[in-house]
Amino acid sequence: MGMTLTEKILARASGQERVKAGDIVRARVDLAFAQDTTMPLAVIELRRMGVEGVFDPDKVAIVCDHFVPNATVSSAEQTRLLRDFAREQGLAHYYEAGRGSNFGVEHALLPEEGLIRPGMVIVGGDSHTTSYGALGAFASGFGSTDVAAAMALGEVWLRVPETMLFVYSGRLRPWVGAKDLILYTIGRIGVSGALYRSMQFTGPVIQSLTVDQRLTMCNMGVEAGAKNAIVPVDEETRRYLEARDIRDVPLLDSDPDARYHSVTEISISEIEPQVACPSSPGNVKPLSKVANTPLDAVFIGSCTNGRIADLRVAARILDGHRVSSNVRLIVIPATQKIYLQALHEGLLETFAQAGAAVSTPTCGPCFGGHMGVLAAGERVISTSNRNFVGRMGHPESEVFLSSPAVAAASAVVGRIAHPDDVM
Amino acid sequence: MVVQGRVWKLGDNVDTDQLVPGRYLSLTDPQELASHCLEDVLPQFRASVKPGDIVVAGENFGCGSSREHAPIALKALGISCLVADSFARIFFRNCINLGLPALTCPEAVAAIEDGDEVRIDLDTGRIENLTQPFQCSAPPLPDFLTEIIDAGGMTAYVRKRMREQDV
Repeated sequence: MGMTLTEKILARASGQERVKAGDIVRARVDLAFAQDTTMPLAVIELRRMGVEGVFDPDKVAIVCDHFVPNATVSSAEQTRLLRDFAREQGLAHYYEAGRGSNFGVEHALLPEEGLIRPGMVIVGGDSHTTSYGALGAFASGFGSTDVAAAMALGEVWLRVPETMLFVYSGRLRPWVGAKDLILYTIGRIGVSGALYRSMQFTGPVIQSLTVDQRLTMCNMGVEAGAKNAIVPVDEETRRYLEARDIRDVPLLDSDPDARYHSVTEISISEIEPQVACPSSPGNVKPLSKVANTPLDAVFIGSCTNGRIADLRVAARILDGHRVSSNVRLIVIPATQKIYLQALHEGLLETFAQAGAAVSTPTCGPCFGGHMGVLAAGERVISTSNRNFVGRMGHPESEVFLSSPAVAAASAVVGRIAHPDDVM
Repeated sequence: MVVQGRVWKLGDNVDTDQLVPGRYLSLTDPQELASHCLEDVLPQFRASVKPGDIVVAGENFGCGSSREHAPIALKALGISCLVADSFARIFFRNCINLGLPALTCPEAVAAIEDGDEVRIDLDTGRIENLTQPFQCSAPPLPDFLTEIIDAGGMTAYVRKRMREQDV
C-alpha cells in the first residue's frame, strides 16, 4: 500500500520509512511562525517553559500583520514585545509594516519571500497556515502554546490525517476561478466536512492553476475543518520556486496506490461564480441566486485574494468606472512587493481613480480589527475567507465572500453583481 | 477529579470569533479576555456564568481562528469542562495544552439541556445529568494526549522534552 502526499511528508519528517493515517508521529519542524495576535501568547509560554533560545533562529518567523500599522496602544505594545523578542533571539525573519525589503499579510508574504518549499513541515500560529500546501508542504495552524512548543523543540506531535482527494475536471467558465472552486467545494462538504483530515486538490483544472491560485484554494481548506490542504508538486510549482532561486525541487505526489478517505470528482464546467452568504463559509450559493443584494462596503485583499493577479482582475473591471455612491471600496495589496508591483502597473491609480481607499498591507478589515470596520446592519462583500457573525465588525453586520472579480463588479454596481454586468 | 456545574448549551459551529471577537486580540490577560467571551452572541453569559459551570455544544466547536484566546477566556471564567459532538482541531489542541478538559460525546450532548446540572468524572469520562436522569461515558483520550496532560500540560511537557533533548 502506498502513501498519500501528506503521509510521505510526515513519514520523512518523523524519520520513518512509512506512516499511515491514524498514526501519531513526532515530526521535525522546518518552519514555525506566528503573527502579532498569536505570538505574544507564545512568547509568554516560551518564558514559562524556560526557553532561552528558539531551536533555530533561521527557522522561526514572526509576521506582524493583523493590527499593523499599530491600530491601538495595546497593539503597539504587542508589536514592540515581538520586535524586542525577534532582536533578542536573532531571528532571521521578522516582518512589520514600514520596514525592511518586504512586509505584509503572512500567507502571501512567506511564499513570496521563498520561505516555503515542498516537503516542509510548517507550524503556523494562524489557522490559514493551510495555504502553504499550495507549494506541496505540510502546513497546519496551531494555537500559541503549540507554536511555542514547536519553536522550543523544533518538533511537533501530529496525528497523521486521512486524505480526502478532490479531482477537478472540465473547463472554467469566464470569471470563474480558484476562489469559486474552493467556495463551491466547502459548500458541498460543509464547514466540518474535512474535520481533522487532509484535503488534496488534483486534476487537470488544478494543474492549470498558478501557485497563487492554489494558495487561494489551500488557504480556505481550514474553513472545511481540514488539518491541511495540499497540491502535488509539478512544473508550475517549480516555475514559482525558480523565480525565487529555489532550484532542483523534486516532483512530489501521492503514490498511485495510496489509500484515501474518499475521492470526490468535481466537474466544474457548469459552475458559475460562487458567493458564501452570511454567516458561514459553508453557506455557498451561485452568484445568480444572490445577485442584486444591496451592499454598503466592498473589501478586496487578504491572505486569500490580495495577490497581484487578484488586483489585476479587479483593476480590469474597475478601469474607467467609479465606485457606486452606495458603497465604500477598500483595496489592500497583501504585501509590500505586491503593492509596488501594482503601483508600477498602474493598478493602484485605477483603484484610486475609481474612488477606492487603497491601504498599505494589513489584515485589518478581514477580522474586524481596524481599517474599515462595519456598523450594525451594514453589508459587505469581501474577498477574504470568513464571514462569521461579527467577523468584520458589528455582530449585526453581514459578510458575503466572493472572488475579486465579483467584488470589483459589485463595487461598481453597489449591489452584488456579475462581472459581465459592468464589462 | 470530579466537576459539577450548570450547563450552558450552545449550538453547532460555535466559532472562535464568537468566543473572543477579533477586536480584542491585542489583549493577553485572561480576565480581560474572559470579560468579552461570547459577548456578541450570548451577552448574558459572562455575567451569569459561575466557576465550575460546563459548556455543552454541537458539532465543530471552536472552529475558525487558531486564537488560543478563546479557550483561555473560557478557562478564566471557570468553565470546568467542555462536552461537544465534535471539536475543531486547533481548538481541541489548545484545550489540551491549557488543561481545559474537552470531551467528545454526542450521546451526552443529546441528553443534556441548557440549565441542567451535570457532574463529570474527568478520570473515567463518566457524565451524569442530575436534572434529568441520564449517564454515559465519553471515550477516553488517546495515550499520547494523556502523556501531555500527565506531564502537567504542554508547557511542562516541553520542559521535560528539553531535558531529554539535552541528554
